[in-house]
Amino acid sequence: MPAVSKGDGMRGLAVFISDIRNCKSKEAEIKRINKELANIRSKFKGDKALDGYSKKKYVCKLLFIFLLGHDIDFGHMEAVNLLSSNKYTEKQIGYLFISVLVNSNSELIRLINNAIKNDLSSRNPTFMCLALHCIANVGSREMAEAFAGEIPRILVAGDTMDSVKQSAALCLLRLYKTSPDLVLMGEWTSRVVHLLNDQHMGVVTAAISLITCLSQKNPDEFKTCVSLAVSRLSRIVSSASTDLQDYTYYFVPAPWLSCKLLRLLQCYPPPEDGAVKGRLVECLETILNKAQEPPKSKKVQHSNAKNAILFEAIALIIHYDSEPNLLVRACNQLGQFLQHRETNLRYLALESMCTLASSEFSHEAVKTHIETVINALKTERDVSVRQRAADLLYAMCDRSNAKQIVAEMLSYLETADYSIREEMVLKVAILAEKYAVDYSWYVDTILNLIRIAGDYVSEEVWYRVIQIVINRDDVQGYAAKTVFEALQAPACHENMVKVGGYILGEFGNLIAGDPRSSPLVQFNLLHSKFHLCSVPTRALLLSAYIKFINLFPETKSTIQEVLRCDSQIRNSDVELQQRAVEYLKLSSIASTDVLATVLEEMPPFPERESSILAKLKKKKGPGAVSAGELEEGKREGGEVNGWEVNQQKSEPSQENASSLTTSPSPTPTAMHLSLTSFFFPSSLSQSTPSPSADLLGLRSAAPVSAAPVSAGSLLVDVFSEAGPAASTAGVNDDGFLRFVCKNNGVLFENQLLQIGIKSEYRQNLGRMYLFYGNKTSVQFVSFSTTLKPVDPLVEGGAQVQQVINIECLSDFSDAPLLNIKFRYGGALQNLSLKLPVTINKFFQPTEMSSHDFFQRWKQLSQPQQEAQKIFKANHPMDTEVLKAKLLGLGTALLDNVDPNPENFVCAGVIQTKAQQIGCLLRLEPNAQAQMYRLTLRSSKDTVAKRLCELLSEQF
Amino acid sequence: MIKAILIFNNHGKPRLSKFYEHYNEDIEQQIIRETFHLVSKRDENVCNFLEGGLLIGGSDNKLIYRHYATLYFVFCVDSAESELGILDLIQVFVETLDKCFENVCELDLIFHVDKVHHILAEMVMGGMVLETNMNEIITQVDAQVKMERSEAGIAGAPARAVSAVKNMNLPEMPKNINIGDISIKVNLLLQRL
Repeated sequence: MPAVSKGDGMRGLAVFISDIRNCKSKEAEIKRINKELANIRSKFKGDKALDGYSKKKYVCKLLFIFLLGHDIDFGHMEAVNLLSSNKYTEKQIGYLFISVLVNSNSELIRLINNAIKNDLSSRNPTFMCLALHCIANVGSREMAEAFAGEIPRILVAGDTMDSVKQSAALCLLRLYKTSPDLVLMGEWTSRVVHLLNDQHMGVVTAAISLITCLSQKNPDEFKTCVSLAVSRLSRIVSSASTDLQDYTYYFVPAPWLSCKLLRLLQCYPPPEDGAVKGRLVECLETILNKAQEPPKSKKVQHSNAKNAILFEAIALIIHYDSEPNLLVRACNQLGQFLQHRETNLRYLALESMCTLASSEFSHEAVKTHIETVINALKTERDVSVRQRAADLLYAMCDRSNAKQIVAEMLSYLETADYSIREEMVLKVAILAEKYAVDYSWYVDTILNLIRIAGDYVSEEVWYRVIQIVINRDDVQGYAAKTVFEALQAPACHENMVKVGGYILGEFGNLIAGDPRSSPLVQFNLLHSKFHLCSVPTRALLLSAYIKFINLFPETKSTIQEVLRCDSQIRNSDVELQQRAVEYLKLSSIASTDVLATVLEEMPPFPERESSILAKLKKKKGPGAVSAGELEEGKREGGEVNGWEVNQQKSEPSQENASSLTTSPSPTPTAMHLSLTSFFFPSSLSQSTPSPSADLLGLRSAAPVSAAPVSAGSLLVDVFSEAGPAASTAGVNDDGFLRFVCKNNGVLFENQLLQIGIKSEYRQNLGRMYLFYGNKTSVQFVSFSTTLKPVDPLVEGGAQVQQVINIECLSDFSDAPLLNIKFRYGGALQNLSLKLPVTINKFFQPTEMSSHDFFQRWKQLSQPQQEAQKIFKANHPMDTEVLKAKLLGLGTALLDNVDPNPENFVCAGVIQTKAQQIGCLLRLEPNAQAQMYRLTLRSSKDTVAKRLCELLSEQF
Repeated sequence: MIKAILIFNNHGKPRLSKFYEHYNEDIEQQIIRETFHLVSKRDENVCNFLEGGLLIGGSDNKLIYRHYATLYFVFCVDSAESELGILDLIQVFVETLDKCFENVCELDLIFHVDKVHHILAEMVMGGMVLETNMNEIITQVDAQVKMERSEAGIAGAPARAVSAVKNMNLPEMPKNINIGDISIKVNLLLQRL
């Protein structure tokens, strides 16, 4: 006889379900459901009081309808009524309905809580379990408030039934997760830990989940669980135990509990007590030994259970990372699994090896499996497994095997699944760059990448190859040659055209000596792709053409011809048309000298960490990367792309554009305007005054000329006319960032002017002294700043002072801008600087104990409240310097909070007029990798993000 | 932690859905569809793990599933759970259902959704595992049935004393029953064990 009776259920329910299943169409089904809903509604609303059975039946029907995907917006009251029935079946259905269709209606929650309270005090274990289940399922704050005090008592009381204890443990865990502040473990801690010794394995099973969670949050208070867990594990593993009851699963003693015990131990460092550690090592060895024994059953469940324990044991060994002997054994074991016929085991082995690869003891051992892993990448039928193989190859890559791994990944890309191509492309790009010894290999790899998987090559990847080619003159000729060859292919990916256009435009001259790649051949090759490309690529190609005119004067007439044709000069796209018009005019009126300077080779890009890495992290999941990092990636991308993006920024005004459209040969005035807007960004990115000198020549040639300016000041002048705010602000970015952790210093300095700053902050108020020093011997006239009036005359060698008061109204991310104007020798100077006022200036340090810190840390556990960033150290990792910087940040540096003494934790409250914003910080240096991990949690997400951005530039 | 337990058939019809984190009802339905889409396109004999769909947490979560006859049993879990351990748990769940329903098949799940929920509740609570011992679970379920019967007024038939493995060794033998449109009743476990 089956345990669940099939016959004596509810007939009406069975009939209804059969009806639904007989419906021939979706419409018929909906009709039947609506009919039933109307029926139930009328029954519930009817005058006649329903008996328990009918209520149960209707609630059950509602549950079924809900499962089919229909909204249920009534019946909650009837379900609550069922809770207080003293018939078990009715109560049970009531609880089920509440658990499945949680409703945050506070009115109902109070009624539900009442029913739960009654059941908890009923001393009927079945009813108590139902009530505990309900709390664990709903887990709302109201419930935590009502029951957080009661449940620990039930859990540890001597007379509580085992089944109730189990439920109480998990119920408490749920409440702890939702409202940690309400669950105060203090006095219960040791009794909860001792549940690990309970005779009933079910109780241990439930309790271990609770203890694991509590240990993660309060490692110190629960430290005693380590030795208890080790002895429990040892008893299970050595099978000496007589208390296994029925917990042997397919000949494996208590596999689930063993896994959980091993997980719990992963919350802690290796045990310090020698005896405990010895016992644990013995356990781990036994587990590894058992893996070699012949199986006791052929059933897959047997090997599953056995290997579940084995993998957790290996995870613990990797976590400890201190027993070279065990690590190597673990690695060998995983090596065996790599070729196991069970797909699941191959998958898990690849996954575990990935973590093993980062351990210094086993990195070499992992590397010996490279052929197997490559083979897995090629031959596995299952995309999930292939993905893990790709991950492992990425993790085991180092200088010695980079070429082989990159080649294999590239060849895999040709047939790779669409779902993982983009990630693979990023990985190849990163490895190629990271382990590039010779850059021609790097260029080959990336061009191959574009050829094989062009659609999946994101902008970051092709920006990066250009950035590297520009910065390394030893590879430029090779790059030009290779890209020229790649473009010969009849069908070229557009990304290839972009890279080709850019590189030939810059370095085409390096291969022009060969008649097979003479200037005209190069141009014709590029132009043959032109019509197949999108507008941004065409715009880039037009810029390449004008660069060609400069590089190869002999191509001038051909290119002018192309620019002059209607499809360019009358193109309906404003950007293309404007470029065609401007370039044509530029090529016809400017002298060769002017052209040579204007179209000079791009200067090297500032060395930065690759933005591709950020992109990969983003792909791997939102948890892996902070928003700050992404933002940086974007900014950098824009910069790499300077050639194109900056030009696009100089959008012509509507008026300007229309005048161009109506008259193909623009008036000199219009020409002047649009030309200047074209040139400014390029001189901005040069950031040296040299090109500006020739710009001057061009400008004075224009009939409507600006005031004459001297060469030295041109760069500054450029800003005054067209410099978009974003690029201007970049000028003092470094200076600005220096002030995050200090209040005094020099903010800006050039040949003319020095700006010094002194500032102090209290609560949400601050005062800043600005000192403007004239470094020349000539006076500045019409000196003014946007802050407040100052004396318009600054004598040579003199200093003027300005005091500003600052009040922080609410949190902010953008720094206030300071604009300074003055005339020097008749030339108008204009500076735009970010004032170093950052949100952290309004920190009040907060001292707190370890307990308080972690409690608050946990309270800020929503994903948006946390910002995290992993970055390379820019300065030597000196503890004292780090401390000084963190103190300079304005927070309190808390000692003895983090279990790892290498880490720093800080706490502070940001004072704004509108509110106070609590912030917690954790900085984890990794001296070996020269990296930091920075985590910020704040009650306000924008603040955490901003602080993370600011701070990540400091270390 | 187990985020959700989903059972649906080969056509994607949900037979049980239990979420241990709160989602909007529409999102829950979308998660079921997305999960079905991810799982159903996979061949037999590939591995039982894959990254979760976007709605339920993407690569931070794993879908661990088993396909029994007409039904997919999918557990969506976070990284704190052992993959193989969860596979065992699915097996325990199905074996328990098999014992409670005496050769469980899809129809049992359709007509006794409430019972399936009650059985599941003996194993998993608030997303954490409560009990893995099948005998213990069945004892609890038996006790429930006993109470149910006594309330229904039927002379309480003795609850099963022994939970011997039944029909496990029978040859693969589909049973046909006719309820409405019903197809073939295929024991879930026979396909797998």
